[in-house]
Amino acid sequence: MMKSVKFILAGILFGIIMSKSEAISWYRIQEMFRFQSFHMFGIMGTALLTGIIAVWLMKKMKAHDVEGKPVSFTDKEKTWRRYLFGGTIFGLGWALTGACPGPVFVLLGQGYLVMIVVIIGSLLGTFIYGLLKNRLPH
Amino acid sequence: MLEFIKQPWPWYTSGLAISFIMIILIFFGKSFGFSSNLRTMCSILGAGKWVSFFNFDWKAQRWNLLFLLGSVIGGFISANWLQPDVPLNLSQNTIQDLQKLNIQFDGNIVPLQLFNWDFLATGKGLLMFLGGGILIGFGTRYAGGCTSGHAISGLSNLQLPSLIAVIGFFIGGLIMTHLIFPLLF
Repeated sequence: MMKSVKFILAGILFGIIMSKSEAISWYRIQEMFRFQSFHMFGIMGTALLTGIIAVWLMKKMKAHDVEGKPVSFTDKEKTWRRYLFGGTIFGLGWALTGACPGPVFVLLGQGYLVMIVVIIGSLLGTFIYGLLKNRLPH
Repeated sequence: MLEFIKQPWPWYTSGLAISFIMIILIFFGKSFGFSSNLRTMCSILGAGKWVSFFNFDWKAQRWNLLFLLGSVIGGFISANWLQPDVPLNLSQNTIQDLQKLNIQFDGNIVPLQLFNWDFLATGKGLLMFLGGGILIGFGTRYAGGCTSGHAISGLSNLQLPSLIAVIGFFIGGLIMTHLIFPLLF
């Protein structure tokens, strides 16, 4: 039971952080893609800097997770096409809706029920990728 | 304490808090990546019957769905109890640029003139919400991750592929904002 609850609690915290950081704001995303404020870049820069240090420390100290297993990091597949092409396609959708997958659900919780249509779209998009996967350059 | 949380957060607080989420998920023995939930949801909806990509043991991803459920609850809590009393502090330049596209800044987190069912029922609205969703779903799975998986988790682990993905995010975002928005709005 506690096993499940901790993930819900982490999710609640994530939803609150996404809301309070304004990273779920369509306006903020527009501001970011127009380079008119430091806000979003500051958020990502701080998250990244602390993230890099934390990951480095965890590797260095051979940290263990709550179940006592050694913490492991999987390397991403060493290629570039899928990241560049897929990333660009996602970027188009990110700017258009002003939300990446996490914020889509946080905004739904905030009461913006139109996000249901974005969710349906993103499930459709995921399904289309699955259909075309073997024919796409990766 | 509540007043402290309610006020708008400075960027460094937000940035620290986001990396904290990544760190606790690592300590829970998982990794921070939100968009894989979309694949899991497709599998639950039966997509595996047609496409083998969705034929996987999604039960191992149950934790991430719980995380997703939590994020919806977190949004609800924020909207009802943690809203600041001041409007969003958006840059004047952005306000003016959006005005030229006939999108008014209303001080909310999203423009209410777009985020409503009446606008969604128009061709543009459907393009924005359904089309945008398709791009998000297709793009994140193709790239193998979204902002959380690549920009936070991947870059924290100094993964070059994640850097390429993030550059892609910006190429797409810049094309949409500067080339397509003037045609669309």
